[in-house]
Amino acid sequence: MPLLLKKPSALPGFKWALGYVVLYLLLLVLIPLGGLFFKSATLGWAGWWHALLTARVLAAFEVSFGTALAAALINGLAGLPLAWFLCRYEFPGRRLLDALIDLPFAMPTAVAGITLATLFVPQGWAGRLLAPLGITVAYTRLGITLALVFIGLPFVVRSLQPVIEELDPAVEEAASGLGASWWGAFWRVIFPELGPALLTGFSLAFARCVGEYGSVVFIAGNMPMRTEIVPLLIITKLEQYDYAGATALGSAMLMASFILLLAINHLQARLQRSTQ
Amino acid sequence: MPFLTSRSSTSYSAPAPGWLGWSLAAASFAFLGLFLALPLALIATEALAKGGRAYLAAISSPDSVAALRLTLISAGIAVPLNTSFGVAAAWLVTKFEFRGRGLLLSLIDLPFSVSPVISGLIFVLLFGLQGLLGPWMLAHGLRIIYAPAGIILATLFVTFPFVARELIPVMESLGSEEEEAARVLGASGWQVFWRVTLPNIKWGLFYGIILCNARAMGEFGAVSVVSGHIRGQTNTLPLHVEILYNDYSFGAAFACASLLALLALVTLGLKSFIEWRGRGASLEGRP
Repeated sequence: MPLLLKKPSALPGFKWALGYVVLYLLLLVLIPLGGLFFKSATLGWAGWWHALLTARVLAAFEVSFGTALAAALINGLAGLPLAWFLCRYEFPGRRLLDALIDLPFAMPTAVAGITLATLFVPQGWAGRLLAPLGITVAYTRLGITLALVFIGLPFVVRSLQPVIEELDPAVEEAASGLGASWWGAFWRVIFPELGPALLTGFSLAFARCVGEYGSVVFIAGNMPMRTEIVPLLIITKLEQYDYAGATALGSAMLMASFILLLAINHLQARLQRSTQ
Repeated sequence: MPFLTSRSSTSYSAPAPGWLGWSLAAASFAFLGLFLALPLALIATEALAKGGRAYLAAISSPDSVAALRLTLISAGIAVPLNTSFGVAAAWLVTKFEFRGRGLLLSLIDLPFSVSPVISGLIFVLLFGLQGLLGPWMLAHGLRIIYAPAGIILATLFVTFPFVARELIPVMESLGSEEEEAARVLGASGWQVFWRVTLPNIKWGLFYGIILCNARAMGEFGAVSVVSGHIRGQTNTLPLHVEILYNDYSFGAAFACASLLALLALVTLGLKSFIEWRGRGASLEGRP
């Protein structure tokens, strides 16, 4: 153990905590995830690609990544003004509104799913208003995107809020002292400061949306080739006992998430360095 | 007092245009109304559409009660286990400097970046009949997939990072001086933890536990894969909501969903309370 410790500590429990944490991680996370990759390896390189390169699978990846990207972009566009509004203005109910931002985190995804589906079917409260305009939300990609916007919203707002709160007023003062209008100061001085946090929020929302299942399946319609997301296709393959297909899809999806996670960590590390 | 006032911290900078505040307010309220208020109103309306008696009948039907029971059992097992892990991991990561610390931190966050469906899939591939350990388990008469054990495992996996993630920044900012002082004064390891660390981290710990619990009770994708949807046996409350909805029993589906929505609102309420408490504590300063 002294081999691992870089600096002796006056506090006890290193061995026990390390043993417990590593064992727990191994049993619950690493061995099960390793099992997925082991199972993929047994498919062989050709088998893995064979399972992935079908029209239906590629269409599902397009739906999942396309709608997640659209939703994360909308979250970025809506999240910035929303976070700004919550941080910079005082109004009755501000605390309540601020707390409600986390509703999509706390709301079970199945509940969000049936609720959004019921709201946006053509007879629903919102669908009824959109139907005369010729807009169909339920059972289309628009519906999937809408559910993902709901799920991704807190990520952008919560990434931005602490940065907006800690903006140095001296910088804004200096900008207007030099003759900048409010908009000039915002775009030239404030927006660049918020950029990294906005990007972090966007990537977190995107990562969550790509794998989202519960809030999407009810509103998606789940038509193969058109509104079928990857997580649903994995479940369909499992139900058809196509374990090879499910394994290949699962490992491809997992690798995509890991690459995203690495990118986010890299981004956050850079963000921390730039604010220090 | 005007309805809307700018909280801009300085009077020396150019003021934001007045219409900006009002349009931000209008856009924010419209957006949040659509995404937050309307869904909550719909859940309440649909759940009570057929009256209070039908509502009570829906949530007290044997299948609903069995689903609620399984949800409570799996959260009752997953939350304490993950809390113990979270405390141990936070202690390890914040009190010691060791090789592999960065790797450990990323591994703790790992389940957050895994799709819920994949979180279920990995256990099917391990313990299912076609799985790596499937034949061995069949020979020994053990069942995990399509059984409550699988639901508990999947719940453990998806809720695994919550407590650790909340505690690590809290313990990092507190430092180790108080614990070291207690040690020098002769306290044992457990005494240090119970009398010094725990009182300092209790709000952060509580925060992590309620978030972990909300996810444990509300998880859908991961448990859906391992459950097999056997009514009365392997259905959790979110899975029961799905089945009722797909059976076109919308009233009953929303009645059960209202329980979960209530859980979400209670979680948010507690979360705000802790944030408010935490702010109060930091203003008072520690003695």
